[in-house]
Amino acid sequence: MKIIVCGCGKIGTTILAALAAEGHDLVALDDDPAVIAEVTNIYDVIGVRGNGADCETLENAGVREAELFIAVTGSDELNMLACFLARRMGAGHTIARIRNPEYNDASLDFMKRELELSMAINPELLAARELFDILRLPSAAKIETFSGRTFEMVELILREDSPLAGLVLRDLRTRFKAKVLICTVQREDKVFIPLGDFVLKSGDRIGITASPSEIGKFMREAGLITKKARRVMLLGGSRTAFYLSKMLSASGMDVKVIEKNEAVAQELSENLPGVSVVLGDGAQQELLLEEGIRDSDAFVSLTGMDEENILISIYAASQKVPKVISKINRDELCSMAEKLGLETYISPRRIIADVMVQYARALENSQDSQVETLYKLMDGRAEALEFLVKQSSEGLTETPLRELAVNMKPNILMAGIIRGRKTIVPGGEDVILPGDRVIVLTSGHRLADLSDILAAR
Amino acid sequence: MNHKMICRTLGNIITLEGALMALPALCALCYREWRVALVFFCTAAASTFAGWIVSRIFAHCDRTIYAREGFVTVGLAWILMSAVGAVPLILTGDIASPVDAFFEIVSGLTTTGASILRDVTALSHGGAFWRSFTHWIGGMGVLVLMMAIFSDSTGRSIHIMRAEMPGPVVDKIVPRVKDTAKILYLMYIGLTLTEVVFLLFGGMSLFESLIHSFGTAGTGGFSVRSDSIGAYSPYLQWVITIFMLLFGVNFNLYYLLLLKRFRSALRSEELWTYLGTVVVATGIITANILSMIGSFGEAFRQAAFQVASIITTTGYSSADFNLWPNLSRVILLLLMFMGGCAGSTAGGLKVSRVCILFKGAGRELSKLLHPRSVTTVRFEGKPLDESTRAGVTSYFAVYALLMAAIFLIIGHEPFDLETHITAVVACFNNVGPGFSAVGPMGGYADYGPVSKIALSAAMLLGRLEIYPLLLTFTPATWRKR
Repeated sequence: MKIIVCGCGKIGTTILAALAAEGHDLVALDDDPAVIAEVTNIYDVIGVRGNGADCETLENAGVREAELFIAVTGSDELNMLACFLARRMGAGHTIARIRNPEYNDASLDFMKRELELSMAINPELLAARELFDILRLPSAAKIETFSGRTFEMVELILREDSPLAGLVLRDLRTRFKAKVLICTVQREDKVFIPLGDFVLKSGDRIGITASPSEIGKFMREAGLITKKARRVMLLGGSRTAFYLSKMLSASGMDVKVIEKNEAVAQELSENLPGVSVVLGDGAQQELLLEEGIRDSDAFVSLTGMDEENILISIYAASQKVPKVISKINRDELCSMAEKLGLETYISPRRIIADVMVQYARALENSQDSQVETLYKLMDGRAEALEFLVKQSSEGLTETPLRELAVNMKPNILMAGIIRGRKTIVPGGEDVILPGDRVIVLTSGHRLADLSDILAAR
Repeated sequence: MNHKMICRTLGNIITLEGALMALPALCALCYREWRVALVFFCTAAASTFAGWIVSRIFAHCDRTIYAREGFVTVGLAWILMSAVGAVPLILTGDIASPVDAFFEIVSGLTTTGASILRDVTALSHGGAFWRSFTHWIGGMGVLVLMMAIFSDSTGRSIHIMRAEMPGPVVDKIVPRVKDTAKILYLMYIGLTLTEVVFLLFGGMSLFESLIHSFGTAGTGGFSVRSDSIGAYSPYLQWVITIFMLLFGVNFNLYYLLLLKRFRSALRSEELWTYLGTVVVATGIITANILSMIGSFGEAFRQAAFQVASIITTTGYSSADFNLWPNLSRVILLLLMFMGGCAGSTAGGLKVSRVCILFKGAGRELSKLLHPRSVTTVRFEGKPLDESTRAGVTSYFAVYALLMAAIFLIIGHEPFDLETHITAVVACFNNVGPGFSAVGPMGGYADYGPVSKIALSAAMLLGRLEIYPLLLTFTPATWRKR
């Protein structure tokens, strides 16, 4: 599929990398020749130099044949204009990054409709949502939600004294009443989709899927639950911090934002009533202590510098803050942070890349089923996908899973079926019906349609 | 330096070369040359196997490469391919001396067409087929072929493609390297087959049609007749003239034509400069040799054939242009430097580089007259990057220096100056025949082994546009980062 990515900054290159790995025909558009040279040297893409809102440039990039046009330059307005022109010139779908909070209110729907945008993405807002989910359940290292929030995947890191260490997965149902499924295990550098005889060890990073209430029940039973965060300290008054503090204070949490730029701090305090804004440099430990980092339930580091986030998070962890989260944008730093003992971090770029891959895959093949949600797990070595089954298909729907399992590719696990408001943890007798949403976990396969889980006959 | 990935690519290249050697083997079978066929089959099997083993060993290596790995891969791959390609010629006894066989295959792969053979008609059919087939392989590039076939290309394979494809700026025509390579090869195969059909139509035998199509497509110039193309009918000479010119055009333009984007294809400044040069040179030479030849038609055909052959650096000849008047010979010598368009199979400096050199020089002159003026060099309708312009200028400097160095190495041989100069120029620019003793009716047989190695190096330097080979042999490249 031909895709044009306009703007090759941090987000743009992440999208290019993710989509190139998917095997799409990519055109990278940027007005800086040095950036174009760099991008074409690294990724299998063709580069076009020019302004994304210039018809001639768009023409050169082949916008007529493009099925998807993604505008992620630094300017919201340019993104909107580029998408509008691209759509008018014949692009199939358009996605614009729109991150200014002023545009992300009620007017967004109107703009999307009038500009014929297929999607508006706001990395900061998505990151804030993910952070918010984690703060609701602080014992999780990461939470992925699927549509309707009736199904979740929670990642946990098993500590030394974890009651789950040494558990044989077959015994999960007998030891615990909650109906959950342990569907991925990352041990050192390997990722498993475990079978019944798999034994968990401390240090494993496991993925658990079920409905939120069952997961809550399971965590309580296993004694993994920690109390919900009440007092949250945010470092850096970025847009993510803005969205996050809004969500947190709306759900009744006590939020404190530390920002060193006076104008930004002033603006935050104007727009966020009920949130306490502190002017000061969060890199100073004295200031953090004074503002009560030791009494916080959670600390989120959201400055623009990955390195600063990592270092301050390590300090916060040393001050016994129960939950420390840092924002890390560069992939190579993520694994380093993990080695340094930071178990929870979020990467806005990864979030966006997942959304793009999901969107492109949904466009690619949407005959019988469609990818609704996609998450890359464990450094991209596994994927969790949600398919909406649109119509019945031979040998897949209305067939007991017991029979499907015979024909299924290895390393694929059906983790859940969402039917209406009901969530089913699938057993051998269950069937997939049209209209269901099916959650599938896989490692080593690229699924674009639900029928891809079956081995070719 | 990612040695493992380099080894793996070299393994793939040798596998591919082995597979390609099956064709001359089949050809030898058709002509019942049993021994030749056996030699080719055995070499093919051995090199396929060896290449496969090497690429197996390094199957799971890190595939990240940078520009330097790209250059080194290409430099080493071409040397290795030449060495392996020479083996069957030695074993069949077609060319007994290893140095001679190496020279001949380098000349084939680099699409030069310079030969050490005193009598080409003595070659076995299998040997002759292989020799010409190397033109075809080397024309578009083996690594490009490998990228089209093997599925282990990544985004970074562009470094290899850049190092192998000629021209100051190499760009992909479609987003993926693999697809670009496939499209280029499909167009290449299509054009070659068209020429074969035209030649067959003119009454040439299938074997000779293939040989001459390979020679034209790669802009190489190996023939199986001692007087090259001279003995063929005017129709066949015209067909070869036109196809030589076609293969000297940037292949990206053909792709634009296939996409029906005629206007952007015909806007190419390089194309018009190329065609303009051909027309002017043909006109002057026709007038110049008219009195010598007599009939206008004959003179025009001879002039057009030789101009096309030299500017595209093919090196076929339909007449002994060594005997032509001085003006004609000087024009031909200058055309040798110019070469065809970037992104074609032709050698030489490339028309685009010549254009950029002239425009750059013009700007420097106007700077002298108007020191404060701000000017932009435009090429193909777009402002030219300063880095590209500087790159072309320094390329030209290195090109001249290396030619001088090779000239010095072969200088001790007992030939006249004209022979020496044109030998270096013709080899470096991948033309093939020069003037005097190395003229169209002469050859390189009388040069000593050292000179032959030096001239082989000149051919490789010219085909790969200097840097890959030069960087492979620069110690700094191999130092740990």
